[in-house]
Amino acid sequence: MLDFFIKNRGQIASLTLEHLWLVGIAIGIAVLVGVPLGIVVSRNQWLRKSVLGGTNVLQTIPSLALFGFLLPAPWLGARADRLAIVALVLYALLPIVRNTYTGIAAIDPAVKEAAIGMGMTDSELLMQVELPLSASFMLAGVRIATVTAVGVATIAAAVGAGGLGELIFRGVAMVNNQLILAGAIPAALLAIVADVVLGAIENRLRVPRK
Amino acid sequence: MSNTDESSKSSPVIEFREVGYRIANQILLKDISFSAFAGETLVLLGRSGAGKTTALKLINRLLTPTHGEVDVNGRSTTSWNPILLRRSIGWVIQESGLFPHYSVEGNIAVVPKLERWPQDRVNARISELMHIVGLESNLRGRYPHQLSGGQRQRVGVARALAADPVILLMDEPFGALDPITRADLQREFLALQRRLRKTVVIVTHDLREALLLGTRIALFDSGKLAGVFTAQEFANSQDARVREYVTPFREAALPI
Repeated sequence: MLDFFIKNRGQIASLTLEHLWLVGIAIGIAVLVGVPLGIVVSRNQWLRKSVLGGTNVLQTIPSLALFGFLLPAPWLGARADRLAIVALVLYALLPIVRNTYTGIAAIDPAVKEAAIGMGMTDSELLMQVELPLSASFMLAGVRIATVTAVGVATIAAAVGAGGLGELIFRGVAMVNNQLILAGAIPAALLAIVADVVLGAIENRLRVPRK
Repeated sequence: MSNTDESSKSSPVIEFREVGYRIANQILLKDISFSAFAGETLVLLGRSGAGKTTALKLINRLLTPTHGEVDVNGRSTTSWNPILLRRSIGWVIQESGLFPHYSVEGNIAVVPKLERWPQDRVNARISELMHIVGLESNLRGRYPHQLSGGQRQRVGVARALAADPVILLMDEPFGALDPITRADLQREFLALQRRLRKTVVIVTHDLREALLLGTRIALFDSGKLAGVFTAQEFANSQDARVREYVTPFREAALPI
């Protein structure tokens, strides 16, 4: 087993990097879209229902099916990595939007009222009170999204987007356990490392909320 | 039910004119008219749900009246820019509502920083205020959860006074404190108010506190104003709604 890893370390390393790249880009986009969406949703009850409902539905689509659905889409289907990233973004949105919203909604109303009563504008309230107090919640969302994305990204190989899933699919097709493990073990390690690192940042951002 | 001669000479800092406030079909305040004059401490007294906190929030436009007008410095709150209005009014609430992620100095500095004071002026002001409200300077870097209830409330008062507002609104400021700390803070508040002469409006349901702190007492009763009294007038009033407050104290043989 170890021999196999050492012999194929070049390929395993490059697929791991590819995997990391897919996940990294997808989570980056999901944060850029999801956090503002979570903020908007915390201020608009009508949008809250549709946005949280919508992202919830996305989450329930099986990943293989989602990749399949997106395949015939005009601009997306043209490049596999593009398609994979969009699918991963769609999966990552729910935990990020929901945690951003929950973090803001869970702030002690007395603290918010004090801020408004002292004359903070809406953006001052957001930047000085709501975001700092909900930062650890947001990061918890990013963490869940990242760990999930590392797993889902292995499926991306099914549409030819590369990543560690390639080894797994090849291993399944050839009934070769070593090959499957060569994809699965680095993927699992990636997920654990992401979990630990993001968890540490989350703890640093945590502030007393009372 | 009268203004003192002294206060009726000056124009009111805060004036309620036939103010009503309702949400949906529920009337929270009805036909409220009273004034608060420069340098006085006006207490809004009443039971829970009598409308006193609602009245307080109408002053800094956390709420706007659905009927009538609330004037602050001669201008209706609706014609003020709400942000400017609120920054010119100190606001102290029960359990202080301190920002949990800011240290003591961070909390006190909030409004000066919103007003973009230079840093050295902010620092000097923090030291000055901590001294005024009786906070040891070594507490500067502490966070609210590391403070006692009394200390938190002092920070709350210092924060409200930071930009030297003319008006101070206090919503049950000493309500969550133990009796001894409360008595300390009430005493200090009186001393402070003698020096600073702010126009203060305090909400409380505690008659003792009202008589101790108030220049005058506005009694709220299920959304209506039962009257505005001096302590003496309040103790001697024959109004049934006032007797309701005074009698239990007399029966308990508490000196008021």
